[in-house]
Amino acid sequence: MQVQFEIKDPQREARIYALRTAVAILFVVLCLVLVLGRYYALQVTEFETYQTQSEANRVQLQALPPRRGLIYDRNGVLLADNQPSYTLSVVRESVADLEATLAALRALVPVSENDLENFQKKLPRSRASEPVPLRFRLTQEERARLAVNRFRLPGVVVEAQLLRHYPHGELFSHAIGYVGRINEREAQILDETDYRGTNHVGKVGVEKYYENSLHGDVGYQNVESNAHGRVLRVLERFAPVPGKNLTLTLDYRIQRAAIDALGERRGAVVAIDPLSGGVLALVSTPGYDTNLFVNGISSSDYAALRDSLDVPLFNRAIQGTYPPGSTIKPFMAMAGLQTGLVTPLSTVPDPGWYSLPGDTHKYRDWVLRIRGTGHAPRVDMKMAIAESCDVYFYDLARRLTIDRMAEYLNPFGFGELTGIDTTSERGGVLPSTQWKRQAMGQPWYPGETISAGIGQGYMLASPLQLAVATSVVATRGKRWRPHLVMAVDAQPVAPTQSAPVQAPADYWDAVIDGMREVVHGARGTAKALANGIAYEMAGKTGTAQVIGIAQGAVYNESEVDERHRHHGLFIAFAPIESPTIAVGIIVENGGGSSAASPIARSVIDTWLAQDTVARSL
Amino acid sequence: MADYVRQLPNQGSRDMARRPSTVRRLHIDVPLLVLILLLTAYGLTVLYSASGENMNAVVRQGRYFALGYLIMLLGAQVSLARYARWAPWLYGIGIATLLAVVFVGVGAKGAQRWLEIGGLRFQPSEIMKLVVPLVIAAFLAGRALPPRFHIVIAALALLVVPAGLIVIQPDLGTSLLIAASGLFVLFMAGIGWRYIFGAIVLAIASAWPVWHYGLKNYQKQRILTMFDPDSDKLGAGWNIIQSKTAIGSGGWEGKGWLQSTQSRLDFLPESHTDFIIAVLAEEQGLRGILLLLGIYVLILLRGFWIGMRAQSRFGRMMAGSLTLTFFVYIFVNMGMVAGLLPVVGVPLPLVSAGGTSVVTLLAGFGMLMAISTEQQGVST
Repeated sequence: MQVQFEIKDPQREARIYALRTAVAILFVVLCLVLVLGRYYALQVTEFETYQTQSEANRVQLQALPPRRGLIYDRNGVLLADNQPSYTLSVVRESVADLEATLAALRALVPVSENDLENFQKKLPRSRASEPVPLRFRLTQEERARLAVNRFRLPGVVVEAQLLRHYPHGELFSHAIGYVGRINEREAQILDETDYRGTNHVGKVGVEKYYENSLHGDVGYQNVESNAHGRVLRVLERFAPVPGKNLTLTLDYRIQRAAIDALGERRGAVVAIDPLSGGVLALVSTPGYDTNLFVNGISSSDYAALRDSLDVPLFNRAIQGTYPPGSTIKPFMAMAGLQTGLVTPLSTVPDPGWYSLPGDTHKYRDWVLRIRGTGHAPRVDMKMAIAESCDVYFYDLARRLTIDRMAEYLNPFGFGELTGIDTTSERGGVLPSTQWKRQAMGQPWYPGETISAGIGQGYMLASPLQLAVATSVVATRGKRWRPHLVMAVDAQPVAPTQSAPVQAPADYWDAVIDGMREVVHGARGTAKALANGIAYEMAGKTGTAQVIGIAQGAVYNESEVDERHRHHGLFIAFAPIESPTIAVGIIVENGGGSSAASPIARSVIDTWLAQDTVARSL
Repeated sequence: MADYVRQLPNQGSRDMARRPSTVRRLHIDVPLLVLILLLTAYGLTVLYSASGENMNAVVRQGRYFALGYLIMLLGAQVSLARYARWAPWLYGIGIATLLAVVFVGVGAKGAQRWLEIGGLRFQPSEIMKLVVPLVIAAFLAGRALPPRFHIVIAALALLVVPAGLIVIQPDLGTSLLIAASGLFVLFMAGIGWRYIFGAIVLAIASAWPVWHYGLKNYQKQRILTMFDPDSDKLGAGWNIIQSKTAIGSGGWEGKGWLQSTQSRLDFLPESHTDFIIAVLAEEQGLRGILLLLGIYVLILLRGFWIGMRAQSRFGRMMAGSLTLTFFVYIFVNMGMVAGLLPVVGVPLPLVSAGGTSVVTLLAGFGMLMAISTEQQGVST
């Protein structure tokens, strides 16, 4: 039966088969035309689109952050450097589920709320292809844990980067400041291109003031990376220009000596080279460990610093303004000489107190309660400075009047910013009738002039201003803008001179003579400093009242709360013949100037000792 | 003699004139062999690049080819009559193993497709790619052609059972390919156009219910992704976006051998298996695609030629079905990689890395050679 069929019509079968084959070939050709058309469209018509896409896949532009400039002291001691540190970052583009990835990461390494907050803030500002830092300073163990789990964490990268490090921590905290993570406000100000790849910026102090020099210029590289975001090779590279290194005028040893001398006490020391304005030491205690700030200080650490009664974050040396007390007297004397109201030899009667004509109020001299009388029947300028006679300067102030006082003290730098090359400096107050009208809306009272004559009342000056004014006396009128940076990338920075204080030589001699007597005279208020001294020092003691003392009441140190004790001040320069250092010192609640003056001796001794060493070499 | 000539139109005299050579006695179809050798050699060079210059991958694939060629040569020696006799038994074994997969199969990637016997794994559905057309051809060969309605229904039943068993694995792609290979037999057997158009209408009509009730979510996703790969850039759309980028960026000339960035930088997934054509397109450009398609077209033409020349209706139907199935592999793979068709697990024949498909395909070519070198005058 089957065989019959088969043999019956093989030609018809062959015809049908041939037709079907033809139809099949037609079908094949149609399909192939379709496929080929598709490949043609992709490879020829849309070639450029896909070529671009393929390049974009493969090549990525990466910013190369520059190395931040280093900071040295004047002798080459490293004060701020950069140390390699491993940072955990996340590339948003390569992460499928950010929440899940973050949760997985937090299970592997500790990530604080603070870290997370910073990360979330930075995320919307960064490009999707850019790594956003989550955790800094990974330990070796944490790095190992991340490496092991890397395969299941696409988009998570561990990068080595250089982080700011301050080898001396607290010692230079107020002198050079610190860098910290760029915050939102800073991100809006900073140049987006320059800071691509940079996570830190100078926040305070020299680090902030010299940000432009320290930062350097960003570099770029084109890298080929695979689908997992791993860089395979660098195609093209424009190297970053490292930040400039700063050499400061600061001297590690002087800084150290000042801090050691201050000890646990709150206070500030500023030492200046009077011949250039270079700051040799800038100390404010207590300080704080600047390294804490580099990667965002923890809120508990910050709260501890912020809420401390000792306000460690407050830079007493340049932000702290205090009544200068008797340290103002040498400058007052100079004003008296310049106005012709006194001569080096003119004298004033000193009963131990002073009254304005027609007023019963007695302005007491500080010796009155000790000796029951004044310094001497008549006091001349030398004695007035050496023994810190108040009556002499009460009288001078009255005759000078407050506005002339302001006029003659201002050239020493009082009442204005010194222009030092760091942040948050404050200029203090040099009172005048105009100042009081503007600041307080009140007229000036004659009695206020009397206390202003001995640096009390409205007058305020920072330890830096005191040091600057002292160096003007030391150089007999020359005034330099105080500065911390001596050289940028070994290129010396020329110091700038301000308008000098012009006065005849004998005026300077008279004032300096008085200041010599403070230290070297038999009745000098700081005569204890002369003990075993190998050079001549000119100084002036000062005491600033913290609370007012009622008329007739007696100030008794032991009975007063520690924080209500007088501030002790001291200014000095040395050696008198050719001064190389001028200092301004305050010890808060030190009780009196005797708390401050030994610090000057210690600082100047250190400086002059090494000076001799340097000269003998 | 006249009878003989009538039975073998266009043939005879030329073949009769030739003395049987060694290749003839070994049942080797020389043009087909040469084309396949060319194809596999070309494929290995692409594989070397796609596998990231991994010589081991090339050697492993070479071994599969060696095994495949051996099976092809052995398959060429088997007479068509024997194939036809074996068909029901092979079919029975095939169905049995497919049933076994359902109950004791081994899974991979969420589907249960493998059977493990003594540590050896194999995929019964792969064998069915040859067995289904074989059994349908054998079934139809003994009947009046073109087949009548109840015969068509019976043939469809032979096809639906294995296809259904494979669908539930689930492996929709393979199931459709197997169904297609059976349908090609029916088509070449000359079933009426009314059946064909009827089937097409039915397929279109059933699209809606199949979409809503028949397809699993991941299958729907693949189809949706094909139309809009950007909707899921990092997920399902990733493969298509990256393969299109690879193909497109190759341009006319290509980036050069071993220079594909898409594949070497891991952007292109499955670059040495299902998506290998994208590597070829990226490195060799449209020129390379044309060369590959050229070889494929010549193989297809040779296949159709063998069908036209076949001595028996069994051979004709098998040759036509094998050739068309081979083409479907090419079309589906090239189409899916270029984003024309949804992504189904179909390798590029004789180019993609993988053992099972190479062995099955070369076994099919062995059968084709058996048809090509069938003794004249001998028929089932």
